[in-house]
Amino acid sequence: MLSTLVRQVATLVRYRALIQSLVSRELKARYRGSLLGFVWSFVNPLLLLATYGLVFTYMLPVRRSPQTDPYFVFLFCGILPWTWFSSSLLEASGVLISSGNLIKKVLFPAEVLPVVTVLANLAHFGFGLPILLVVLLWSGHLSPTALLMVAPLLVQLLLTLGLALFISALTVHFRDIGNILGHVLHLWFFSTPVLYAYDDVPALQPLLRLNPMTHVMIGYQEALFFGHFVHWRGLLAAFLVALFAFAAGAWLFERLRDTLAEEV
Amino acid sequence: MSAPAVVATDVTKVYRRFVHKNQWKTLKSALLKGSLLSDLRPDETFTALDSVSFEVPQGCTFAVIGENGSGKSTLLKLTAGITRPTRGTLDVHGRISALIELGAGFHPEISGRENVMINGIMLGLTREEITRRFDEIVDFAEMSAFIDAPVKTYSSGMYMRLGFAVAIHVDPDVLLVDEVLAVGDESFTRKCLDKIGEFRRRGRTIVLVTHSLGLAEKMCDEIAWLRKGKLMQKGDAKRVVDAYLTYVAGGEEALLAHEHGAPAALESGATAPEAAPGESGPGSSGYHEGRWGSRDVEIVEVSLRDARGQSRHVYAHGEALHVVLKVRAAAPVSDFVFGIGLFTADGVSVYGTNTHVEDHVCQSFAGDGEVRFEIDALDLVEGTYLVDVASHRRDGTPYDYHRGLYSFRVKSRTKDVGVWRPRHAWRFTGVDITPPQPRPELDLGDEGDA
Repeated sequence: MLSTLVRQVATLVRYRALIQSLVSRELKARYRGSLLGFVWSFVNPLLLLATYGLVFTYMLPVRRSPQTDPYFVFLFCGILPWTWFSSSLLEASGVLISSGNLIKKVLFPAEVLPVVTVLANLAHFGFGLPILLVVLLWSGHLSPTALLMVAPLLVQLLLTLGLALFISALTVHFRDIGNILGHVLHLWFFSTPVLYAYDDVPALQPLLRLNPMTHVMIGYQEALFFGHFVHWRGLLAAFLVALFAFAAGAWLFERLRDTLAEEV
Repeated sequence: MSAPAVVATDVTKVYRRFVHKNQWKTLKSALLKGSLLSDLRPDETFTALDSVSFEVPQGCTFAVIGENGSGKSTLLKLTAGITRPTRGTLDVHGRISALIELGAGFHPEISGRENVMINGIMLGLTREEITRRFDEIVDFAEMSAFIDAPVKTYSSGMYMRLGFAVAIHVDPDVLLVDEVLAVGDESFTRKCLDKIGEFRRRGRTIVLVTHSLGLAEKMCDEIAWLRKGKLMQKGDAKRVVDAYLTYVAGGEEALLAHEHGAPAALESGATAPEAAPGESGPGSSGYHEGRWGSRDVEIVEVSLRDARGQSRHVYAHGEALHVVLKVRAAAPVSDFVFGIGLFTADGVSVYGTNTHVEDHVCQSFAGDGEVRFEIDALDLVEGTYLVDVASHRRDGTPYDYHRGLYSFRVKSRTKDVGVWRPRHAWRFTGVDITPPQPRPELDLGDEGDA
């Protein structure tokens, strides 16, 4: 398993030029033909933020302590990375099938495709960051610890890559995954402290701790919103899980690789 | 000859049929053993290729022929590395480019320019290499006017042309071609064939899957014939095509009869094997390459040379071309005629003559001799031309007829059309027109045959 991990990483490094150009193609192509174009990268998370903000402030107010005030800013810190996570996985589930032509007709390193979806969504996440930083600055939450968000970001990247590899290869065999994944991600969203702070739900904590995304999210919120970063241990645990997820994804992909060209 | 470019050893490819209830089982076995087969009963699998072994020497143009479903495309995909053999090994030495589906991976929303870049990277070029070849690619595809438009606005012909242009400019050591030569109009198809021919002359290896036997025989050094996943025959292009045609016409028995009747007819070309004197020429319909005749006067060797006696394949328009035949008669003959025919690549006769119609009177011939047919100037437009050479009786009974087995190319900077370019001049009176600037000599490069 370790050797597949190393090989997978080596492959990805070898194809970095390809990955790079595919990511930039993805970014260019996504909003081609739409009126707002690139602005959608900013508007999308803002709209999502507005929706959740309205719903959970006015319609179904969540029980929360004043530490999460202002709520919109707190919410923003979690929504942005979560959007990266969930869109990556949703897109990854269909990416091999929709690019079946490449896999069937061209000698093409299939693992590049899920990786590209993750990285393209990371880029969108990156486009949203300046807005988040402006909002943090405006609300007076921006502190030097914001730089530490790199740590949860890297853990999330590894985890998302692993899951994307895993899901993309498996979906080729079981198209059902594409249908169920949206719901799983929804449940996962609510099981991750995005809408609420981890500290505000003591009863759920033992359960939430098992979710690697919990630790990633706490990492972001601490670094960006609370301005103190103490969740190192949790994040380290999440890193180990992410490493395992990546290895498992790489292993599964490697195992199923030969069947991909025949099944898509 | 150096190491083979492609080595297939006992290549077997088994596809499993798509059976839904076995989904879990196949996934499980794929995971546990890395194999999809062990748990499946034979009736759930389909053997696309069955223990196929062959080698393609470097610089060889190799065609794979066979009916639909014979495993040709599977073989090509295996060679390209897109899928892996179930059993056996398939090794390829050097960079591969596969013309299996042109423009696979083009993204409809972005411009042709960007797609060329990305497609090139997908096919293994670096960014710098593509930038360097970019203009050449666009020129070749005849797309310079549309290169910045999104690919979704292209016609299917444009799409294919661009796809072909990128793939061919990858400059691979091994080029795999799957029936994609029908891209676009006549002139572009010709251009593609010419490009492939150029590859050939540069000593690159080509593996071609085709239904066009004429093309296969004309272009290829060796042909493999697949039938239901099994390698039926492999070797000299002419021989395999003959065997295939015999089979298609008369089934297995005819093939056996053919095999016993004419053993390895052209394998070496050095000896004169028995060939049934009654064996007739090709049917009246169309132009089919081949060789037939009693070989009483055998044409043992044919070479196309320039004025200096250099064996060449490519000629500038207006150059001299000498067709040199080495002939041999095992027993003395007194009734013999030597003939020459020139054809365009489409099989249209350009010129034909022989010693008889030109009133040479044959006396006697025995042993070895040489016949030269000297053309002072190739007044032909650019294109590929085929050469027939023949020895026969005055009444036409063939001794040794080589039909379209030799070809040469005429290159020219002028884009005139037709076949014949008469020596001509333009004269103007009262018309203000600038005569062409003198142009540098046409560089034929290293394309001459060694």
